[in-house]
Amino acid sequence: METQEQVINRLRKSFQSGVTLPMEFRLAQLEALQDLLQENEQQILDALHKDLAKPSFEAVLSEIDMVVNDLCYTISNLPKWMQPDHVAKNLATKLDDCFVRREPLGVVLIIGAWNYPLQLVLLPLVGAIAAGNCAILKPSEISQATEQLLSELVPKYLSQACYAVTCGGAENTKKLLENRFDHIFYTGSQRVARNILQAAAVHLTPVTLELGGKCPCLVYGQLDMRAAGRRLVWAKFFNAGQSCVAPDYVLCTPQTLKELLPAVQEALEAFYGVQPEKSPDLGRIVTDRHWSRLMEMLAKSEGKVEIGGESNREEKYIAPTVVVNVKDSDVLMQEEIFGPILPILTIESLEEAINFINNRDKPLALYVFSDDTQTVTTVLESTSSGGFCSNDGIVHMCLPGLPFGGVGASGMGSYHGRWGFETFSHRRACMLRGWGLERINVLRYPPYKDSNLGWLRWATMEKKKTWRGCSVM
Amino acid sequence: MSSPPNHSPNRWFKALRRNRHGELCLKTVELLNRSRAAFQAGRTAQDSFRLGQLEALVRMLVEHECDFVDALGRDIHKPRFETVTSELMMVKNEALYAISHLKKWMEPQHLERNLATALDNCMILSEPLGVVLIIGSWTYPVQLCLVPLVGAIAAGNCVIISPSETCPHTTELLHRLIPAYLDNECYHVVLTGPSEVPDIVDLKFDHVFFSGSKEDGIKVAQAAARTLARVTLVLNSKNPCYVDKQCDINTTARRIAWARFHNAGQSPTAPDYVLCHSDVKESLLQALKCVLHQFFGPDPRESRSFGRLVKEESFSRAKDLLLRSDKVVVGGQINEAEKYIAPTILMDVVESDPVMQQDVFGPILPILTVKDVEEAIAFINAREKPLCVYAYSRNSKVVSKVMNETSSGSFCSNDSVLQSLMAGLPFGGVGSSGMGSYHGRYSFDNFSHKKSCLLRSTRIEFMTYLRYPPYEERNMNLMTLASSLTQRSHGWCTIM
Repeated sequence: METQEQVINRLRKSFQSGVTLPMEFRLAQLEALQDLLQENEQQILDALHKDLAKPSFEAVLSEIDMVVNDLCYTISNLPKWMQPDHVAKNLATKLDDCFVRREPLGVVLIIGAWNYPLQLVLLPLVGAIAAGNCAILKPSEISQATEQLLSELVPKYLSQACYAVTCGGAENTKKLLENRFDHIFYTGSQRVARNILQAAAVHLTPVTLELGGKCPCLVYGQLDMRAAGRRLVWAKFFNAGQSCVAPDYVLCTPQTLKELLPAVQEALEAFYGVQPEKSPDLGRIVTDRHWSRLMEMLAKSEGKVEIGGESNREEKYIAPTVVVNVKDSDVLMQEEIFGPILPILTIESLEEAINFINNRDKPLALYVFSDDTQTVTTVLESTSSGGFCSNDGIVHMCLPGLPFGGVGASGMGSYHGRWGFETFSHRRACMLRGWGLERINVLRYPPYKDSNLGWLRWATMEKKKTWRGCSVM
Repeated sequence: MSSPPNHSPNRWFKALRRNRHGELCLKTVELLNRSRAAFQAGRTAQDSFRLGQLEALVRMLVEHECDFVDALGRDIHKPRFETVTSELMMVKNEALYAISHLKKWMEPQHLERNLATALDNCMILSEPLGVVLIIGSWTYPVQLCLVPLVGAIAAGNCVIISPSETCPHTTELLHRLIPAYLDNECYHVVLTGPSEVPDIVDLKFDHVFFSGSKEDGIKVAQAAARTLARVTLVLNSKNPCYVDKQCDINTTARRIAWARFHNAGQSPTAPDYVLCHSDVKESLLQALKCVLHQFFGPDPRESRSFGRLVKEESFSRAKDLLLRSDKVVVGGQINEAEKYIAPTILMDVVESDPVMQQDVFGPILPILTVKDVEEAIAFINAREKPLCVYAYSRNSKVVSKVMNETSSGSFCSNDSVLQSLMAGLPFGGVGSSGMGSYHGRYSFDNFSHKKSCLLRSTRIEFMTYLRYPPYEERNMNLMTLASSLTQRSHGWCTIM
């Protein structure tokens, strides 16, 4: 049984041998990953169901298909992404070749989370493979069935010399982080993120952090309330509310609330029936500990449970719950909920809502439901968040063309599609000079002459239009 | 803070530093709060504001050129030519480049639409981060503060600058001029020592930009980790330079000598050591001797084109290295009072020599001998990834080999340093030489957050109903079919 250090050394040797550099190798590994997903769909669905009671529909869309789509997108575009970017030449550099190359970093570490246990490990892996790195995957130990499955399947399909899966809890991860990696990709909580950043700082390892936070959802002004209700309910209760981009809480005026509640109620019944506990389409809370955490929050809240509130401990079930009359100081507003409980706070104006949002940490996602483009634009431009979506929830992270990541307390860096490739690459500036034009070069050499200075200034001065020159030629 | 008294800025600076450390932090907290308030009030949002600030910065450099030349001359004995070209012109050109391109950089990047998103608007918006901290370095005291400042301003941030305390005249000048030209609520200069830097970082900034040594870089990264602040680190490293048997020896010698000995060897992008092919080592040495004579005359101490060492510790370290080494073939003269070290070349150096075990910030060029390019590449790869790798060869295959088989912040063939001066190329490190990059558009991006935006309408429920519960096999199949049809360049969204 290999130790962590042995695995890392082995992967590093593979990387240094250059085996991951050719495009053919990377494409072959990406295709193998695709096979892994397509040939083991049932096993994957079973594991996800065991871990989170995840309905197959949700698992297929949000776990398997998301990775498969990114794989296809990456496979088709990789040849283009691997091309160097040439920089426009000018008079001084016309005999030179200036370009930016993407180079792999080395051995990267990807730490997943339990709420989307497959996707949060494999989607970053797509970017890491595409960029030519070796990788160690550390799936969450909380979603045990998926962790087990990944540790069986990954070595079967991907090159064992270049990719490895390591399992274990917090202690193991701490030990793992004492080693040096060339990039660390972490999805999870702020608290653990700080520890990871500290461990990485010692080795000067760059880190991508995908963290949570409370994603605000503003419902304001004129809108199709029934459609909004459906989309909001879908986004909130997908995966039983355990998504880092789920709308965490709603802000609306008292008038809007009157119309929103029935719309939410209607959507909930349409989706999960009158007895959501019996619906096969609603997930469950991942562990007893998290179930208790949520129930405690609900019990301590000073708001009024308007919809739902039922629960079942053995099943780790909590009904889709809506709480109104919630104040800023309520326990439900102190940390990310990460469950099927939706607090609604009332505000009197758009300005109040924007100030409310801006007084808190920058969230991973921000949502606005409104038909008024001015309202949407105002919120878009007056707030900051990882991502933004109007009149829907979650879906903005499903487009591979858009970077997915946080800002401030919700994280740093991004991935998906090309952004994953860039995250795991180093952009190296290259200048290939010739031997000519030495007569111009002479201007910069000592002994320094004022007359030379004059020429240099004239030759390299920015002309305020399309200057792309070099200060000192 | 009031302007310094008429006597030496050095004394004023030292008096300031005698204040309790706590007072310094308090002052920085106050400035940080002011900047944050200005940022939140939206002061830096408009392009007209940012352009105005960049133009003011250019005016500051033009109107006070003499003051900068004077200050840098006093602080680090920098020749006027070098100050103007590598400090002032560099910043001015970056600012002018940003001014011409700002509107374009600020535009949202729209994504190609596909069938599912035909009625939506998908784009990436560049947003400012908030308040940025820029920690300068003594090697290029003006440029290493002001070039990142250009990017931070262009991206719409407020900035606190902490120039190096090793250059008191330059720091005093910046401290006086910045408030006179730039907005007084958004941009501030603080005076700190290297030991205080982690405490300043702890105050919570949205981004920290640091250039300097690896050890200090680690401390900054650790402090930033506590507040989840993003960092850009540009760290000093030993930059290797391979000289192949097939090269134009004279031109090679001139370009290497220029890169190594300007700023008296105190440049993060200079070639730190040469790996010379055994066939050409003698001719390289002769060519270098010739070039040094052309550049600095028979006694470089008399030359007005040659600088002095800045830091006492770098000087002592370099002096110590030279005294202990028996491999000095050119130069080696020292003048303690002036912190002068002659342009010096060491020959037949090996890896275990002390000069190869540490960063040498001084005009010393060790030359190691290698039998071929493979040996050079193996030598480079056995060490930490440097800021720059250089290769001199007429043979493009050799150049490609070095480029493809090594990794570094940047690469340049047949010249040195220039690749870090082009606004179109990113400048930064990798691995131990740092993280993140800047210059030109890369500066703007470095200090921005790219926000993904999807603007939909509720009026059109199009295909959305397919994704709602109760989940039906039929719907899932339809959606999977739809996504598989366009799994090519359009990036179909599964759950539209």
